[in-house]
Amino acid sequence: MNIVVCVKQVPDTATERKLRSDDKTLDREAADGVVNELDEYAVEEALKLKEAHGGEVTVLTMGPGKATETIRKVLAMGADKAVHLSDDALHGSDALSTSYAMAQALKKIGFDLVVLGSESTDARTGVLAAMLAERLGVPQLTLANKVEVNGSAIAVQRLTDYGYDKVEASLPAVVSVVEKINEPRYPSFKGIMAAKKKPVETLGVADAEISADQVGLANAWSEVVDFAVAPPRAAGTVVKDEGDGGAKIAEFLASKKFV
Amino acid sequence: MLNDEHIELRKSVEEFAREVVAPVIGDYYERCEFPYEIVRKMGAMGLFGLPVPEEYGGMGGDYFALCLTLEELARVDSSVAITLEAAVSLGAMPLLRYGTAEQKARWLPKLTSGEMLGAFGLTEPGGGTDVPGGMRTTAVLDGGEWVINGSKAFITNSGTDITGFVAVAAITGREGGRPEISTIIVPSGTPGFTVSKKYSKVGWSASDTRELSFTDCRVPEENLLGERGRGYAQFLRTLDEGRVAIAALSVGLAQGCVDESLRYARERTAFGRAIGGFQAMQFKIADMEARAHTARLAYYHAAERMLAGLPFKKEAAIAKLVASNAAMDNARDATQVFGGYGFMNEFPVGRFYRDAKILEVGEGTSEVQRMLIARELGMDA
Ligand SMILES: Cc1cc2nc3c(=O)[nH]c(=O)nc-3n(C[C@H](O)[C@H](O)[C@H](O)COP(=O)(O)OP(=O)(O)OC[C@H]3O[C@@H](n4cnc5c(N)ncnc54)[C@H](O)[C@@H]3O)c2cc1C
Repeated sequence: MNIVVCVKQVPDTATERKLRSDDKTLDREAADGVVNELDEYAVEEALKLKEAHGGEVTVLTMGPGKATETIRKVLAMGADKAVHLSDDALHGSDALSTSYAMAQALKKIGFDLVVLGSESTDARTGVLAAMLAERLGVPQLTLANKVEVNGSAIAVQRLTDYGYDKVEASLPAVVSVVEKINEPRYPSFKGIMAAKKKPVETLGVADAEISADQVGLANAWSEVVDFAVAPPRAAGTVVKDEGDGGAKIAEFLASKKFV
Repeated sequence: MLNDEHIELRKSVEEFAREVVAPVIGDYYERCEFPYEIVRKMGAMGLFGLPVPEEYGGMGGDYFALCLTLEELARVDSSVAITLEAAVSLGAMPLLRYGTAEQKARWLPKLTSGEMLGAFGLTEPGGGTDVPGGMRTTAVLDGGEWVINGSKAFITNSGTDITGFVAVAAITGREGGRPEISTIIVPSGTPGFTVSKKYSKVGWSASDTRELSFTDCRVPEENLLGERGRGYAQFLRTLDEGRVAIAALSVGLAQGCVDESLRYARERTAFGRAIGGFQAMQFKIADMEARAHTARLAYYHAAERMLAGLPFKKEAAIAKLVASNAAMDNARDATQVFGGYGFMNEFPVGRFYRDAKILEVGEGTSEVQRMLIARELGMDA
């Protein structure tokens, strides 16, 4: 099975994250880049599927040159090879144009199954899996907390508010997974050393047949008009129980329109 | 001396320690419980096979990779770090270095995967520094079997559910009045080999330390590890390496004290400002950072010489001496930065304080390190 797992480099959620004042895009230089945590579950699932069914796992990353660190980590976890979609023309792409660029790259790579995390911890749109499936004309099975492949049939448990839906489709398909699905492995030293020898192909927009006038900040469908730093958290209200604590809490909740 | 792979390994272990060890280790520690689940995950990550060649299921890395791993683990917790240190440095390495092909094939794959732990029994209730002079445990050949009698004290990893064997140093004869020391592998569960219940310890509470006794304990002659009569020389090499590893672990604890103090000094306020704004606190933390840094350089240097095949006895002794000192000093200072909370078990610095002391004792006391350094300087006893 030819599995492609899409992985994004994001600023470490443990560090302070900023937008750039000039073009209002994320300041990727300001913070340490790490593998989007939710993508690690996608990588683990892809590796498990490969271990069970054979085949190959290819990492696809769209991002600046610095994203090679992320690629190396995923290769160290056990992926076989990587494609790095990297071009200045892609800077500032929104979800729609990103999905277009990634779909073009996926068409070029070829796949039986594309696996993604449920969202990225920086942009948090959570729409890429659906958009990719639509652009590629294949079934989408999103928010999976269990994936089963049987020949060319794929079945997932799709996490919902009330439990889960059972969704079935046939390959090729796009799957996004939630964090309950597995426990991502940590790269071993052997994996880290092996990763050095694994092939990484870099694609520019022309290589992936991406029209430069459909990607990048200038061609984005959505625009960040303004932004502000989140205000520091205000001091909370302390309710001292002097026999009427319950009533006071109810009053507070009512004043905030929670009850 | 760090290459790209070392840097990535360190990052990977740092994440593991933060995500897997830190959230749960306090509870294990409080309950004095061995963290089997963490050990299993460390095994899955290949940590127990770091310096072992791939043909034995190892990672094909070097001893320095192990040291970096110990440092990162000990930044978060020392019980977990010493479990790994003893398992690899005292359990697997002597087998790798001195074992026969059969012994390696039998034990190493299970040791490197972390499914099984090996222990090394040198210290006896009557003395740990005075070896081999003070050693009492004996092994006598009888009908193709070693018959072992005696006892061992403070043996790490010797009584867990996954302990496979203890390599026991014993007197196997006399040569011109001097005891002849050999090392013999005693599998767990061998009749006559008794593992006592865990000690109640000041620190390293989530690690396994036991007293062992041997009463007419019989194992096959081929369980001899290395050459007969070479046991003393073998463990000297093992201990020299082990000192570099303990130095790395000590640096981790010292750095963990800096990490925790920095965080706390930013958050805690007194007199209307963060305590990190007071010069007294800043100087304390600056001293802590300086100690951790210099101790790290000392162990890097010792490891570098070891890997280059150069003599490293003095450098290993210096690294262990200064790093264990740094760990003790930093633990004392970090608990001071935390004020009363430093005395509470719920904060890691309290654990660091309890864990630091043993670093000045295990694998050669600080006095022993000074004796070694003096001897290397040509000063006779
Ligand atoms: C938690 C823990 C885990 C351990 N794990 C292991 C293990 O896995 N395997 C193992 O074999 N051992 C292990 N040990 C034992 C450890 O290595 C010894 O405790 C240590 O070597 C000191 O020996 P001792 O306790 O007998 O002290 P002693 O040798 O009795 O020393 C007492 C004091 O006298 C000093 N002293 C002794 N001789 C001299 C001298 N000639 N000159 C100056 N000062 C001297 C010492 O420095 C020390 O301060 C462990 C110990 C602990 C506490």
